[in-house]
Amino acid sequence: MIKINNLTKKFGKNISLDNVNIEFNKSDYIALMGANGAGKTTLVRSILGYYHPDSGSVEINGLDPIKDRVEVLNNISFVPQLPPPIKLSISELMEYISKSTGVDKGQIEYFSNEMKLDIKANINKSFFTLSGGMKQKLLIAISLARKSKIIIYDEPTANLDPKARDDFYRLLKDNQEDKTLLFITHRLEEVQDIVNREVYMDLGKIVSDKAIII
Amino acid sequence: MKNLYLIAFLDLKESLRAKWFLVYSLVFGGLIALFFIAGVTESQVMGFSGLSRLLLMYIQITIIILPIFILITTVRSISGDRDNHILEYMLSFPISLKEYYWGKIIGRFITVYLPVLLAMIIAIIFGVIKGASIPWSIFFLYTGLLFALSSSFLGIAFFISSFVKSSEVALGIAFFVWILLLAFIDIALISIMMSNRLDEELIIFIALINPMEIFRVSAISLFDPELTVMGPVAFYILDTIKQSTFIFISIAYPILLGLGFAFMGFRIFKKKDLV
Ligand SMILES: Nc1ncnc2c1ncn2[C@@H]1O[C@H](COP(=O)(O)OP(=O)(O)OP(=O)(O)O)[C@@H](O)[C@H]1O
Ligand SMILES: [Mg+2]
Repeated sequence: MIKINNLTKKFGKNISLDNVNIEFNKSDYIALMGANGAGKTTLVRSILGYYHPDSGSVEINGLDPIKDRVEVLNNISFVPQLPPPIKLSISELMEYISKSTGVDKGQIEYFSNEMKLDIKANINKSFFTLSGGMKQKLLIAISLARKSKIIIYDEPTANLDPKARDDFYRLLKDNQEDKTLLFITHRLEEVQDIVNREVYMDLGKIVSDKAIII
Repeated sequence: MKNLYLIAFLDLKESLRAKWFLVYSLVFGGLIALFFIAGVTESQVMGFSGLSRLLLMYIQITIIILPIFILITTVRSISGDRDNHILEYMLSFPISLKEYYWGKIIGRFITVYLPVLLAMIIAIIFGVIKGASIPWSIFFLYTGLLFALSSSFLGIAFFISSFVKSSEVALGIAFFVWILLLAFIDIALISIMMSNRLDEELIIFIALINPMEIFRVSAISLFDPELTVMGPVAFYILDTIKQSTFIFISIAYPILLGLGFAFMGFRIFKKKDLV
């Protein structure tokens, strides 16, 4: 599904991805790990088509995430490392998402409820005025509501309380069947029940890639 | 296409809530109110009176402040969203970059154009109530000129926004562009003309590539040259070029200029890393 071929990405002299080769397939649930600055976020952003590679390529179901951006992103749910300070209200954000992806707003509400986030009570608030944990809950709810074939999480649980983390992992386990999950985390023990593959990065390279037998 | 309107609409809604928009509307609305309070429509100065005089004063002030307003409020739109990771999330949805970029421009255009237009319409309505006669030709010319001026500076702002690395730099460049164009209104041109003995055609050419100068000359073009204090460059231009031709240029050129810059901005936006 996701094929990364000899991908190199530099920022100035800094090599953030150094000739990376890796493939992620259906029913791969990957924990992507590595020290700060290893290149995890850079890899994910390349998959989303945000970066123009210095060399190499990214293919998603045979498509280029830059040239065929709309088709590729139709199949990807993404939650970023930091929830951005979006000024739109919750209802406007939901409109943006449901109109651009076709996802039903009811589904977003359903998953918000499951994440113990009361959307109705906050519907006219600006997104950036929600608490850090509430923002993450909403972004997670959106990512699940879309039912995308590829789910990419860049450390989505930093601000979640333990209870919310449990809710999240339970929901994810129930909804990941036949998908590709790429989960950046620093805490393997938390995602152990969900993932079946561990990938480590360091200094822009993949340094280890192994299957976990559950 | 539906995403284009979606983005324009949401950007518009967001702007209407912003504090800068409130200030922006108050400035232009307040200007009109001030003129009425000061009795501009009643006094007779240098032969032109009533609403035409009010509109002329309004447009002359607008020429100076509208560009800087547009530049500082818009120049950070894309670079700011990139800085604070809004783009990283909002562009993870299946929306083409074309729809995103042009949607933002359309939304912004409505935001900056509507208040200056509305202020003028309010002036007209108020003038009618006070029994003044309405200078329709001036009103329509100014409607077009404000449209053209908004387009050109919005295009320039999006262009700057597409390539700068940080919002602060964007603001700096915006300010520099404004000062530069302002400095080239008449006064600087005259001194250049006097000190270097450049030929007139060159001076006119320099004057005509500056949308602010074009706008200024066009704003007084409907008035009798005997009555207006227009400055030698404006006088020369209006004396040389046919009035209707010049008015056409003064609206078409800034719009094309804005579109050109907006297009270059889009090319850069597409070619560069998005986050
Ligand atoms: N836009 C950028 N401009 C310059 N350098 C960048 C940029 N993005 C990333 N880098 C650099 O690339 C390297 C990898 O960064 P990346 O964000 O991918 O790390 P990470 O593995 O996600 O780390 P963390 O665990 O801290 O999130 C770092 O050295 C970082 O400084
Ligand atoms: Mg990271």
